[in-house]
Amino acid sequence: MRFRVLAAVCLAAIGAVTLSCGKEGSQKEILVGEYGSLTGGIATFGISTRDGSQLAFDDVNSKGGVLGHKIKLLVEDDQSKPEEAGTVVNKLIHQDHAVAMIGHVASSHSLAAAPICQAEKVPMISPASTNPRVTQVGNYIFRVCFLDTFQGAVMAKFASDTLKVKKVAILVDVRSDYSVGLQTFFGQAFKKLGGEIVAEQSYSQGDSDFRAQLTAIKAANPEAIYVPGYYTEVGTIVHQARELGITVPFLGSDGWDSPKLWEIGGTSLNGCYFSNHYATDDPNPVVQKFVNDYKAKYNQLPDALAALAYDAARILADAMQRAGSTDGEKVRNAIASTKDFPGVTGQISINEERNAVKTAVIVKVENGKYLLTETIKPEDVK
Amino acid sequence: MTTFLQQLVNGLSLGSIYALIALGYTMVYGVLRLINFAHGDVYMVGAYVGYYLSRKLQGKEPSIISALLVMVGSMIVCALLGMLIERLAYRPVRREARLTLLITAIGVSLFIENVAQLVFGPDPKFFPSLAPRTDFIVAGVRLTSEQITVIVVAMLLMLLLRYFILRTRTGKAMRAVSFSLDASRLMGISTDRIISITFALGSALAAAAGVLIGMQIPKIDPLMGIMYGLKAFVAAVLGGIGSIPGAVLGGLLIGISEVMVVGYLSSTYREAIAFGILILVLILRPQGLLGRVQKEKV
Repeated sequence: MRFRVLAAVCLAAIGAVTLSCGKEGSQKEILVGEYGSLTGGIATFGISTRDGSQLAFDDVNSKGGVLGHKIKLLVEDDQSKPEEAGTVVNKLIHQDHAVAMIGHVASSHSLAAAPICQAEKVPMISPASTNPRVTQVGNYIFRVCFLDTFQGAVMAKFASDTLKVKKVAILVDVRSDYSVGLQTFFGQAFKKLGGEIVAEQSYSQGDSDFRAQLTAIKAANPEAIYVPGYYTEVGTIVHQARELGITVPFLGSDGWDSPKLWEIGGTSLNGCYFSNHYATDDPNPVVQKFVNDYKAKYNQLPDALAALAYDAARILADAMQRAGSTDGEKVRNAIASTKDFPGVTGQISINEERNAVKTAVIVKVENGKYLLTETIKPEDVK
Repeated sequence: MTTFLQQLVNGLSLGSIYALIALGYTMVYGVLRLINFAHGDVYMVGAYVGYYLSRKLQGKEPSIISALLVMVGSMIVCALLGMLIERLAYRPVRREARLTLLITAIGVSLFIENVAQLVFGPDPKFFPSLAPRTDFIVAGVRLTSEQITVIVVAMLLMLLLRYFILRTRTGKAMRAVSFSLDASRLMGISTDRIISITFALGSALAAAAGVLIGMQIPKIDPLMGIMYGLKAFVAAVLGGIGSIPGAVLGGLLIGISEVMVVGYLSSTYREAIAFGILILVLILRPQGLLGRVQKEKV
C-alpha cells in the first residue's frame, strides 16, 4: 500500500517537472548554464562568480536583452567536488537545455566539465581557470583570465623595472601546482631581466609556523620576497616576517586577493604588492560602473573572481548578439573572434588558443586598501 | 652564526609548545596507560576559548593583565572539558580492554573536531594581539616579546607542575596511582578523583599552549590540534612516555630539529623528521630517552 502511494507521488512529481519544463521552453528566454562551487571548501569562489555573472545578465536584460530575448542564468552547485561538475553540467545541457556554459574557477572542475561541453558543442567560458590544459580540451572551450605564465612575468617586470630590485627570494607552496608554476615563470622572467634569485624556500598549505624558512631567507639578504600563494598563509607569513625584522616588500599573485588577507596580516602588509586581474580603484568608467552596481546589489566590494565572471557573461552576451543566433557553432565562432572587448579586467581579445590576451594590474596594499599601482600590457613582457 | 642562533630561538619557542602538550599525554599515560588522542583537540579548544575571550576584552588597551586573564580563563575552561571527557567517555570503559579505551579516545577526538567545525566554523580565525609588543635584539638575534612569553610561560608552568607533583599531597597521590592503580586504591586513595585531577591539569597545560600559539602564529583553525597533537605525542614517546622531564626534553628536541630541518634542508621533510625520530626511538630505545623499562609482571 505504502509503496503504491510512493509510486503515485513519484509519478505526480515527474509529471510536474515535465510540465514545468514545457512551460519554460515556451517562454522565449535564452538559457545560460553556470556550474560553480556554492558549498564546500571553495564556496566563496562559486558565490562571487555567480553574483558577478548574474549582475552582467541583469545589466544586459535591463537594456532589452539579446536578440530581443532575456537571458536566464541557471546555476548548479557542484559542492566543491570536481567529479560533481560533470554531473551538473550534464544536467544543465540535457535537462535544462542551456545553450552556453559559464564556469569554473578551479581548473580541476573545468577540466571535468569541458569534455562534455565540447562533445555537445556547447560553448563554455571559464572565468578564472589558469591551467593551460583547460582550453586545450577543444575548440568550444574559452577563458577570459590570463595564464600564470603571463602573471609570473608581470611581477618579474614590475620588480625589476619599477621597484628596481635585483635580488629576490621566493617562498613557494610546494603542494600547489599554481604556486610552483608561478615560481618557475617568475624565476625565468626575472633572470632574463638580469635579476638574481638569492633564496628559494618552501612551505605546505596548512602550515602555520614559517619562522624557520623566513630566518633562512633573511640570511640571504633579498631586496624583495615573492610569495605566490593563497591569502590564508600569506597573511601569516608576512606577519611573522615582520616579527623577525624582515622589512623588505613582499610580492604576490592573485591568490592574495581577499579582504581576509588584511584581516590576517594587518599593518605588516603595508607596502606589499601583488599582481591581479583588476583594481577596484581603477578610474576606468567600465570598472567604476561595475564596482558601484555590485556594491548596490550585494553590499560588498567585488573581488577579482566576480569581475572575471562579469566579463565572461558580457563577452558571451556580446557574442550571441554578433552571431545573431544562439546556435552553438555560431556563438563559438563569435566568441573566438572577440577583439578588444572593453572588460572590467582589461581589454580582452581571444587568441587562436582560445585564451584571453589582456592586461594585468599590480596593486599595492595600503591600510586595508588594494590600490592600483601599474597596468602591464601583454606586449610589455614579451 | 646569527642565523643559527635565530633558528635555535625559533625552535625553542616551537618546542615549548610541543612540550606543554606532551606533558598532558605523558601524565594521562602515567595514570591510565592510555594514549589520550583527544588531547590535541583540547589544545585546539583552548586556542578558541582564548580567541573568544580576547575578542571580549578587545577595545581595551592590550596589557599583560588581559593576556593573563585570557590564558587563565582558557585553562579553567579546558580543565573542566578534560574532566568532562574523562568522566563521560573514559571512566565507563576504564575496566575494559586497553584497545577499547584507545578506540574511545579516537572517537572523542573525531567528535570534538567535527563539533568544533560546526560551532567555530571551518574557516581559520586570527588571534588579536593581547600584550604590547617589543622586540629585543641580542647579538643580532631578534627576540620578540611573544617568543619570550612563550618560552618563559612554558618553563614556569612546567616548574609549577613539577612542584605540584613532587611536593603536594595530591601530587604524591598521583605518583602513587601511576605506580599502581589497584594498590593505591587499597591504600585509601580516591583514584577517581586523582585521575580526574590529572586530566584537568593536562588539559589546562594544553589550553595554555593553545593560547600561546594563538599569540605567536596568530592563525587558529578547528583541525590545528591534529598535527600538533601528533608531534607532541612523538615528543612524549621520545622523552619516554610517563616521564615528565622526558616530555619537556622531547618537546624541545622535536621543535628544534624541525626548525633546523626546514631552515637548512627543506620544508618537505618537516613532518618526516618528527616521525622518523619516532621510528628510530621505537627501534633503538623503546622506553624513550628518560623512560624506565617496565618489566611485564606475570
